[in-house]
Amino acid sequence: MLKLQGIAVSPGVTIGEALVLDAEGFRIPRRFVERSAVDTELARLAHAVAETAREMEHNRDRIHQELGEQYAAIFDAHLAMLHDPRLQQELTAAVRDRNWWPEYAVSRTLRRYAKVFQSLDNHISQRAHDIYDIEKSLLRNLLGQRRETLAAISQPVVVLAHNLTPSETANLDRRFVKGFATELGGPGSHTAIVAEGLEIPAVVGIGPFLADVSGGEPVILDGNEGLVILQPDEETIAQYRLEEEAARSVAARLGRLRDLPAETTDGVRIQIMGNIEFPSEVDQCIDRGCDGIGLYRTEFLYLTSKREPNEEDHFEAYSAVVKAMNGKPVVIRTLDLGADKMLTEKTPEEERNPCLGLRSIRLSLRELPMFRTQLRAILRASALGDVRVMFPLISTIVELRQAKMVLADVMEDLAEHGIAFNRKMPVGMMVETPAAAVMLDSFIKEVDFVSVGTNDLIQYTLAVDRGNKEVAELYNACDPAVLRLLRRSLDVAAEAGVPANVCGQMSGSVMFTQLLLGMGLRQLSVPASAIPEVKQACRSVSVADCRLIAEKALTMDGAREVKAYLRDQVRRLLAETVA
Amino acid sequence: MAAESRESAMHAGAAVPCGETISREVVVANSQGLHARPADMLAREARRWQSRIELVADSQRVDGKSILDVLTLAAEAGTRLVVEATGPDAREALEAIGSLFDRNFNERAGSQQT
Repeated sequence: MLKLQGIAVSPGVTIGEALVLDAEGFRIPRRFVERSAVDTELARLAHAVAETAREMEHNRDRIHQELGEQYAAIFDAHLAMLHDPRLQQELTAAVRDRNWWPEYAVSRTLRRYAKVFQSLDNHISQRAHDIYDIEKSLLRNLLGQRRETLAAISQPVVVLAHNLTPSETANLDRRFVKGFATELGGPGSHTAIVAEGLEIPAVVGIGPFLADVSGGEPVILDGNEGLVILQPDEETIAQYRLEEEAARSVAARLGRLRDLPAETTDGVRIQIMGNIEFPSEVDQCIDRGCDGIGLYRTEFLYLTSKREPNEEDHFEAYSAVVKAMNGKPVVIRTLDLGADKMLTEKTPEEERNPCLGLRSIRLSLRELPMFRTQLRAILRASALGDVRVMFPLISTIVELRQAKMVLADVMEDLAEHGIAFNRKMPVGMMVETPAAAVMLDSFIKEVDFVSVGTNDLIQYTLAVDRGNKEVAELYNACDPAVLRLLRRSLDVAAEAGVPANVCGQMSGSVMFTQLLLGMGLRQLSVPASAIPEVKQACRSVSVADCRLIAEKALTMDGAREVKAYLRDQVRRLLAETVA
Repeated sequence: MAAESRESAMHAGAAVPCGETISREVVVANSQGLHARPADMLAREARRWQSRIELVADSQRVDGKSILDVLTLAAEAGTRLVVEATGPDAREALEAIGSLFDRNFNERAGSQQT
């Protein structure tokens, strides 16, 4: 049994079969070969070995010519390892006697060697890289064009990966994923958001561990404590089964809140909205009794297919959500992606700082035909219900005005063609840069609503890349700088009589509910999974008490102090919701 | 792994290992230890003989015909190893392998080659 500590980013526990994706995204399931097919599979393995040897020889000769014999020697070592009689015999035995699929035999056997090398306290440990190289070459030759993708999963799995890219997570067959664990990543990384949306546990920033596990092995994922347990013993499995069971019964209890309003003990009605990324998530929000969709992320449309989505793709997705919400508000956020994340060829040159680069509204304003296509679809959907549009990452008034001009232009276009839309569709902006928070008194006159995106606001205020585990600790929603910008934003909005919302992970955590209500917030947008808990929190507090808590928290100098204070304050609530 | 190597080492030599076991002590003299190139030379030489060849260092015993196994010894310069040969041509095998160590695997002392 091996317990690994990472960063907990999405709660819950699960036990399941591992699906391992290494840095190249190979998926090696534990699969067995029919007895009758053993000879065919052995021939396939032999062919892959021969192909791999041929490649190594080719590389050796090329490097020999270009750089000389000394540099080519590494390929001789690779060849010697590949042809190692012990290795070959082990691989053959795995297929012939244990009936392992050759891919699985290769992965299992070579990783075992790699692990032994890694454990050596000696320069020989470097040889582990060679073993991984050999594994990759063999797998490439074995899998060839049949390389399996995440989209092809057909049974429940726990996905273990070096890192998950947005396009990989977007392509997942979500019905079968029970949880995620990644070597890289921090709180607020894409994996975290997707896992939260799917309501499955996730642990990130674990550090290198994929060498210790093979596909098909049972693993336990503890998204509450940030643990991944490999090769769990029976006692541990039993203990986690109980926890899974207990979680289900708490969920059932919170489920009874569905039809009760989120009203504080002193009678203030709070709107609880859902955050969604995929149209299918809307059902989970409705099931938990949300008051609307406060954040509909539209990035998946750009990530799931190789071509740019057309107007119908957009319209189909939006109208499904709008119809399902049946007259309740749906806030659609326009594209919030960096050029670097786009599958289509929009990225002109490499960016050194993608987070500070051409992304989000900046990209939309640069790629006007793409932006107009999205706006046309949003406007068409506005004829079907209460649709509102929101622009992300606004940092200057010029951007806001440009975006609104494009919108007005698209409206004229639709009107000319007699296509129905809501001319009064509310237009809002995200407050997620310090610039927007500081200048909000100017912006507020030109928008119908604002939504504070705390994930980016924290990242930009504290200058921390939330996906970089080296500095992830500095990424802290409790930082007084963040709280002050948040309070300012809510104050400015309240004074102007403009509705304000907070989306982002902060609003989904009950630790912040009292603080946010105390700062005057009356609308929270949270992942579907958090709706019952946040609703329960709202129903157990009074706005008067919340004000005192917010005032006190805002006098504090450090994130640690704030965190300790809020944790104390929430303990009472948690006792009621979780106990 | 140690136990496992030992077990598969038994299988590896499969057809052969009957006859006496003889051994001799050798010292790794390469400045870089028993790294990939000498390990490869050693395994190649060992495979030329029918006898089972094993290398023993402290508690670890590895198959001399497998470069991967030999590398797991991580034997540094100065390490003392016992080479054991079991089989019909044990004596010749032991001599050939011993001479590889004596010749320092054809590396000059202090060579930086890897």
